Amino acid sequence: MRYSGFRILKEALTGHKGWGHAWRDPEPQTSYDYIIIGGGGHGLATAYYLAKEFKQARIAVLEKGYLGGGNVGRNTTIIRSNYLLDGNEPFYEFSMKLWEGLEQDFNYNAMVSQRGIINLIHTDAARDAATRRGNAMIMNGADAELLNRDQVRVMYPFLNFDNARFPIKGALMQRRGGTVRHDAVAWGYARGADSHGVDLIQNCEVTGMRIENGKILGVETSRGFIGAKKVGVAVAGSSSKVMAHAGMRLPMESHVLQAFVSEGLKPLIDGVMTFGAGHFYVSQSDKGGLVFGGDIDGYNSYAQRGNLPVVEDVIEGGMALMPMIGRARLLRTWGGIMDMSMDGSPIIDKTHVDGLYFNGGWCYGGFKATPASGWCFAHLLAKDEPHVTAKAYRFDRFLKGLMIDEKGQGAQPNLH
Amino acid sequence: MSQSNRIAGGLIDRSQTLRFQFDGLPYTGHPGDTLASALLANGVRLMGRSFKYHRPRGPISAGSEEPNALVELRSGARQEPNTRATVAELFDGLTAQSQNRWPSLKFDALAINDRFNSFLTAGFYYKTFMWPASFWEKVYEPIIRRAAGLGSLTRLEDPDTYDKGFLHCDILIIGAGPAGLSAALTAGRSGARVILADEDFRMGGRLNAETFELGDQAGAAWADAAVGELASLPNVRLMARTTVVGAFDHGIYGAVERVSDHLLEPAAGKPRQTFWRIYTQRAILTGGATERPIAFENNDRPGIMLAGSLRAYANRWGVAVGDRTAIFTNNDDGLRTALDLQAKGVDVVAVIDSREGGALLPGIRHLRGAEVIDSAGRLGLSSITVRQANGATEVIKANALGVSGGWNPNVNITSHHRSRPIWRDDIAAFVPGTGEIANLSVAGAAAGTLSTHGALVTGDASARAALESLGLTAKAASLPKAEDAPVRITPMWYVKGANRAWIDPQNDVTVKDIKLAHQENFTSVEHLKRYTTLGMATDQGKTGNVLGLAVMAGLTGKTIPDTGTTIYRPPYTPVALGTLGGRGRGQEFKPFRLTPSHKWALEQGAVFVEVGYWLRTQWLPKAGETEWRQSVDREVLATRKSVGICDVTTLGKIDIQGTDAGAFLDKVYANTFSSLGVGKCRYGLMLREDGMVFDDGTTARMGQNEYVMTTTTANAVTVFRHLEFCRQVLWPDMDVQLISTTEAWAQFSVAGPNARKLLQKVVDQDISDAAFPYMGAGNITVGGLRARLFRISFSGELAYEIAVPTRYGDAMIRKLMEAGAEYDAVVYGTEALGVMRIEKGHVAGNELNGTSTALNMGLGKMVSRKKDSIGMLLSQREGMTRDDGLRLVGVKPVNPTAELKAGSHFLKTGAVARAENDDGWITSLVYSPHLGHYIALGYLKNGAQRIGEKMRAVNLLAGTDTEIEIVSPHFIDPEGERLRA
Amino acid sequence: MIIHHPILGPRDAQEFVYLGDASLIGRPDGLTASIEEFHNYTYLRDNPAGAHRELWYHEQGDRSWLVVTRNTVTHEILQVELARDVARAEGRSK
Repeated sequence: MRYSGFRILKEALTGHKGWGHAWRDPEPQTSYDYIIIGGGGHGLATAYYLAKEFKQARIAVLEKGYLGGGNVGRNTTIIRSNYLLDGNEPFYEFSMKLWEGLEQDFNYNAMVSQRGIINLIHTDAARDAATRRGNAMIMNGADAELLNRDQVRVMYPFLNFDNARFPIKGALMQRRGGTVRHDAVAWGYARGADSHGVDLIQNCEVTGMRIENGKILGVETSRGFIGAKKVGVAVAGSSSKVMAHAGMRLPMESHVLQAFVSEGLKPLIDGVMTFGAGHFYVSQSDKGGLVFGGDIDGYNSYAQRGNLPVVEDVIEGGMALMPMIGRARLLRTWGGIMDMSMDGSPIIDKTHVDGLYFNGGWCYGGFKATPASGWCFAHLLAKDEPHVTAKAYRFDRFLKGLMIDEKGQGAQPNLH
Repeated sequence: MSQSNRIAGGLIDRSQTLRFQFDGLPYTGHPGDTLASALLANGVRLMGRSFKYHRPRGPISAGSEEPNALVELRSGARQEPNTRATVAELFDGLTAQSQNRWPSLKFDALAINDRFNSFLTAGFYYKTFMWPASFWEKVYEPIIRRAAGLGSLTRLEDPDTYDKGFLHCDILIIGAGPAGLSAALTAGRSGARVILADEDFRMGGRLNAETFELGDQAGAAWADAAVGELASLPNVRLMARTTVVGAFDHGIYGAVERVSDHLLEPAAGKPRQTFWRIYTQRAILTGGATERPIAFENNDRPGIMLAGSLRAYANRWGVAVGDRTAIFTNNDDGLRTALDLQAKGVDVVAVIDSREGGALLPGIRHLRGAEVIDSAGRLGLSSITVRQANGATEVIKANALGVSGGWNPNVNITSHHRSRPIWRDDIAAFVPGTGEIANLSVAGAAAGTLSTHGALVTGDASARAALESLGLTAKAASLPKAEDAPVRITPMWYVKGANRAWIDPQNDVTVKDIKLAHQENFTSVEHLKRYTTLGMATDQGKTGNVLGLAVMAGLTGKTIPDTGTTIYRPPYTPVALGTLGGRGRGQEFKPFRLTPSHKWALEQGAVFVEVGYWLRTQWLPKAGETEWRQSVDREVLATRKSVGICDVTTLGKIDIQGTDAGAFLDKVYANTFSSLGVGKCRYGLMLREDGMVFDDGTTARMGQNEYVMTTTTANAVTVFRHLEFCRQVLWPDMDVQLISTTEAWAQFSVAGPNARKLLQKVVDQDISDAAFPYMGAGNITVGGLRARLFRISFSGELAYEIAVPTRYGDAMIRKLMEAGAEYDAVVYGTEALGVMRIEKGHVAGNELNGTSTALNMGLGKMVSRKKDSIGMLLSQREGMTRDDGLRLVGVKPVNPTAELKAGSHFLKTGAVARAENDDGWITSLVYSPHLGHYIALGYLKNGAQRIGEKMRAVNLLAGTDTEIEIVSPHFIDPEGERLRA
Repeated sequence: MIIHHPILGPRDAQEFVYLGDASLIGRPDGLTASIEEFHNYTYLRDNPAGAHRELWYHEQGDRSWLVVTRNTVTHEILQVELARDVARAEGRSK
């Protein structure tokens, strides 16, 4: 069924009787050509592109819970392609371009909204770094602008310009950055994949992998063994757990990142902004809530919840930047589990097991990467070679000394 | 205006009258009122509008679960959006405005949305607004965003202050109803350190809203007496107006105390609110229960409320919401409301009881097996339509309807660690799951024990168990007699056939939306929530979540527990961001660290710059200088010509002592220090284990087993942490001790051709070149005072760093300036420091970016491969040792008057500005007054082989493209003759 | 969180700085190890969902490095030791 304004009109006048299931709930078959483990944003996008763009068939997505229940459903919805390094920026810009055509492509309004993102600058050294990054962005086909203090002030006059501990000196802006309705991304890909024949199998947890002579034969699940020619893993947050089934230790740790939303407020903040002198970033949703976040809690965790020090640290940052939000109220906090990799950048690569492929290590950059991650992983699965924008995301980059370390923090995941 | 709906009784102080305004109209109330109770007393039912359809909204509750009666409280910079009128304590002079309506609450233009409700179903926006593609951002979304939100912020800075505090106790009791008071009495009497916290301004919980007795006292009187006894116990802290908002790890709870919200404005020096972190050995949740509605067609009109809150308004606040009141119930508690209201003289026109059979209430029209199937009334309820057991329908005039669908235990906090509540059929409700939060127990209604007797007994028992586990002995308790009515409920969630029957009245989620979600296979409870926005409103589903789940269960044919449950997230109720921010605002966001010369510099009119938490002198303008460059150029030229002084105290200083100190330094530095002679300094390069440069600085050997390390300002803390790791964890048996002395020594750089002459006037020892050669170090004295002297240079000039104990730092800068007067000594700030280090080609923060190797910096030879040191091996990986990799180079514009910008990228002449042609970038850039043009450092691919090459520095952000020449990074005195002078 | 410091008793975790897996104690010798061995030490982690031995530094305290055994699912702390003792027990010296 195609969604459209006309269709809504028709259904509204006929009691909405015509809407069917957004996706089927099939029983798993005994084997598939492709199994994607993980029914989150990346897994669903992979299946969608594998079927639609790479014309593959007999594909299943196995999800231990419900579709879109992982980090695609618990992030702060920001999209941007404002990376510095050659290994990253082409990929994220590819992702941005996919975002820009996504809704028409999968016939679902995910509310891709390019209202702009600014990274505030508080020191001369930060301006130098922003200049370097802005130039790198433009050279990779993205857009970037360097704003001075007055330009920021015109845009957001209520920021703390007059009594700040760390004065605002300007900002790096990407106008094409913005937000997307996160759940709708999962649902749009799910519906699109389903309509291309992909079996989306919920409540199906992978409990083991059957590997013989270095080749994968299929996966053991809570719903029995399912055979597969190729298995792709896209289970951000649980990567180490799942890949342990193949005997692998990964260059990553699992950490909890908290996120926050305020009560609904009348329009206040149009775009996305990040504070450069504290751990705080914020946007306002189409419902009016301020959606914000900051740093990870900093200790290994699979708990999907955090503790007060980070809550207070993030909100202190918010109050330092925007002292007018003091009387708004925090409505809800939640936590997602991040694959924090050793250089802050992801991995999309083959493994030492023939037919087993891995996609993970997204740190807290996974949501914005969803379309390109799906596309590039599908490319790797279908063609056995990396997509041109994802060539650097290899396992062996650490062995070879080719880290993609945007923050320059080295092999300490909780600092990325 | 008179309080037309005020009736006798209640816990309000009628001897005082409080004046307040709502939407500009004046009203009166009494101490003890909430804004909602006072408005209802004045006959005002309409207090807000719903989010999506802008339907008229009045309160449905008398507590913090309220989804409807949200107002903007106060005015000006203190205006706060979305305040629940049901918990806003009335004070004299209170002002409030309705919100999310235009132009007025009674006539709201966007109520037109309600007419289009058949288009605006759950998730309709996912299916449309896609064509043309550009219209979403340009047309549709701006319209949606303009309509978004409920209340508004003024954009003015919050004028109030907020505090944070820490409390410790043995037992934290959350909620001061009968169970909480019972637990607190048992725990308090036994001597345990107890905190009893309650969100209400009056402790007692439901006891304040009921008419039944405990022992021979009214419930509220018993509560008062209990609170009185607890207040007399020194080991008990009573915290009214305090909401425990979250359970965190290891017995830490967050709580918000509303210190001044019941006042016109906070008393001088008092915060508006305080955020407490409470550390407790044991916690007991006695948070009570929340009534839930039954969904029926048009069940959302002002005047339709939860039955228990109608009862509370009558009993606690002396308010009859309507003069013709009906009750719709599926359980016995609804009957209790009818009886209480009748006893208060309220006209109860009918009790519509969905259950069949059983005894009839005396003296009340009690319709068994009946349902309310519709309601009417434009801005408030005027009548209900009832379908009787025999199928006959009847319109009954009523302006208040109390609805009781049963009570949900307040399990919220028990699921803060993500444990799922479990279903109990006998009370048709979820009760707390077990065991997830260590040392938390649950008692009373929160645990599903819904009678008063049960609350007292389980509260006492929980306290006993907690005391016993802490090794304390509980004294015998004498619990008063109290009602012990069983829960008699026949679950009935929504009236069959209902469509526009509200589940979440704030977000306008109706039964119809849940049906649609089911139809489209959004049947998982999480999909239901996300697709319909059920439970996302400011009440977080306190009244609606279980109801919505039950409707979905009905549609799927599964049981409620098989359908699922949603867990609650912190905070329990929304928390002002100001409270969580505390005092960390404005200039107090982070602490200031001031250098020893700060006071002197301030007197001189220095311009300061933030360097981490430090404030350093950036430059020091002289009279007549209007542009910063004038000051900086002068400072540089004066230093290179004669002598300049700079406070370098911010550099990290670490004393390293022990017989293995030299061996230890050989491990942590890439180069060797064990061979350094006593009385000598050496530049040290420190790597991370991944082979990237971590930090640099000079380290001096002050004695056989004694070194002094300096670090960069930025890494002072992290280097020290790293050294402790190496010392304690990697080489635990090395005889080496560390102490940070960054704050212990005031250190000044004295640089320039006259540096020695100046210093010689100050220090007691001979510091001639022969006595104190280049890279010398030693303990000296300044007027008899112990001091340290290092002959090191960052500027390329003859230079020293002299350190005195910090308390003499201010005296030292004054003495140096006095001694330097005859040489026209200047103080130079961080800008001039930067100019001189770049003129000399020294790397600093912009080059030490965490992704650079020693090889990149042209310092590859410093990494000794004869010994094992941190980072040595991994710095040899193939990707980091490429001959054509990035190298540090100097840059100058071909045209000396051309400007450059740091962050510009290097491109070959004629190359298109695309990533594949990117050859590197400018890391640091300054104007060199010495050379008369801009100079820069940068990382350039294969840079060492490209000295002399002409290329371009391109800054696409500014649209500049400047011809440059690649040169050696050593712009001045490359042979180092000056610093050895 | 609260960490029961073996010397100082219960301390708020906010006083500490977290490093990561206690396997970082077992640093190979750079002169004898291969790059691959050193890579495994520096970059690869078990990252278990469950008991995890990890390094915490009491920065706002006595500067002890501790090995904390903590459940990464529940955050329950099972054991706290001085990292120096653990390192010595694992055979590290100088």
